[in-house]
Amino acid sequence: MKRTTVEHQPHSLPSASLWHASWAVFMKDVRSELRTRYALNAVLLFAISTVVAISLGIGPLAPARNADLRIIQAAMLWVAILFAAFTGLARSFVQEEEARTAAALRLAAPPLAVYLGKLLFNLALLALLVIITSLLAIAMLRIRVGNPGLLVALLALGMLGLVSATTLIAAIIARASVKGALFAVLAFPLLVPLLVVTIQGTDLAFSGFGWDRGILPLQVLAGYTIALFTASLFLFGSVWET
Amino acid sequence: MPHIELHLDNIAIDYGSRRVVAGVSLTLQAGETLVVAGANGSGKSSLLRVLCGLQRPSRGTANYLVDGNALRPDHARDLVGWLSPDLQLYRELTALENLRFFAQVRGLAFSDVELTQRLDSVGLKGRGADLLAAYSSGMAQRLRYAYALLHAPLVLLLDEPTVTFDEHGTALFERVIAEHQARGGLLVIATNDPRELRFGDYVLRLGAGS
Repeated sequence: MKRTTVEHQPHSLPSASLWHASWAVFMKDVRSELRTRYALNAVLLFAISTVVAISLGIGPLAPARNADLRIIQAAMLWVAILFAAFTGLARSFVQEEEARTAAALRLAAPPLAVYLGKLLFNLALLALLVIITSLLAIAMLRIRVGNPGLLVALLALGMLGLVSATTLIAAIIARASVKGALFAVLAFPLLVPLLVVTIQGTDLAFSGFGWDRGILPLQVLAGYTIALFTASLFLFGSVWET
Repeated sequence: MPHIELHLDNIAIDYGSRRVVAGVSLTLQAGETLVVAGANGSGKSSLLRVLCGLQRPSRGTANYLVDGNALRPDHARDLVGWLSPDLQLYRELTALENLRFFAQVRGLAFSDVELTQRLDSVGLKGRGADLLAAYSSGMAQRLRYAYALLHAPLVLLLDEPTVTFDEHGTALFERVIAEHQARGGLLVIATNDPRELRFGDYVLRLGAGS
C-alpha cells in the first residue's frame, strides 16, 4: 500500500465549533469553581485581607502628610490585585493536572479551545477580584478618584494584560513540582512593565488628569495585551501538548 | 468506515536512564486485536499512552494509516478512544455533565436524551445526575467507557479494562470489544489478567525492558 503523509491538524474545528468548545471549557470551569471554590476563596480572602491590612497598618493618609499619596495608593491597589491574582489564576490549569483530568481534556478538546476557555475563566475571576479590591481600597483608604472613567479603563486593560500574561504561564507551570514559586518567577519579568504602566496610569486617574494624559498608558497596555495574547495563541499548543 | 492500520517501528520508551520498552515493531490491521501483557512496570500503560498521543516514544515511530494516509498518534486523537486507570474525569460534575462537556469540546451535537442513553448503555441507568465524586470505583470505570466510546472511535485502547469491575462490568467489557471488533475497529488491550489474553489476535508480552 502506498503510504503518504498528510497535514492533519488535530481537532481542527470550524470557528463556530471552536467558539462552542471554548465556551464549554469556560462553563465547565465556572461550574467546577462554584462547586469547589478552589480559586474563588483563595483570591477573595487574599484580596480582602490585604486591603484591610494596608488600611489598618497605615491608616487613612491625609494629603497634607504625603505629597506622593496618589501614587502610593495606586501602587498599593495594584500590588494587592497582583498578589491576589497570583494565588488564583494558576488554579485552572494546576487543578487539571492535580486532579489528573488533563489527559482526558487533552484527548478531547482542541488546544485553542482549552486556552480560550481558561482565559475567559481567568478573566471572569480577575474581574470579580478587581471590582472587589478596587471598591474596598477606595472605601478603606479613602481614595479620591479624580477621573473615574480613566480608572475603569485602566483597570479593564490592566486586567486583560494580567490575564494574557498569566494564563500561558499557568499552563507552563501546571506540571512542575514547585508551582507557586515558578509561577512568580516566570510571571514577574513579564508583569513588571504592566505594573509600572498601570500604577502610573492609576496615579493620573486618582489625581484627576484628563484623557489627553491618560491615553498614553492605555495605548501601552493595549499594545502589551495584544502582543501577549497573540504570542500565547501561537505558543499554547506546544506548551499544552508537550 | 475508513480502513485503519497501526504501524509501530522499533518503539522504545525510556524513563531517565531506565528503558522500559525496547524495540517494539508491529503492524495491526483493521478488525484485529492486540493484547499487551506483562508484569507491573513493564511499560504496558506507557505503550498505550504512546498510541493515543499523550506520550512520545523515546525512539522509533508510531503511525496510524487511515485510508492510506499516515497520521502520528498526537494528530489522530479524534480516531482514538482511550480508557485507563490514569484517566480521571471531573469529580465535581455529574456523569451527564461530564459527557455533555466532552461531547461539546469534540464538536458532537448530542442531546441530553442521547447522552443519557449512552450512560444507560454502560450500566449507569438513573445515575446521570449523580456527582462523579459519589460514584464507586466500578461506576467511575463505567463512565470511562462512556467517555472513550463517545465519538465512536476507530481505535480503542483499553488499559486494565476490567479493573474494579464486578461480573456485570466484565460483561460490559466483553460486549464493548465484541461490538468494536464487529465494526472492524482496531483494538489494543493492556492487561495483566491472563483471562483476557484470549481476546487478542496477537499477544505482545513486555518485560525487563524488551
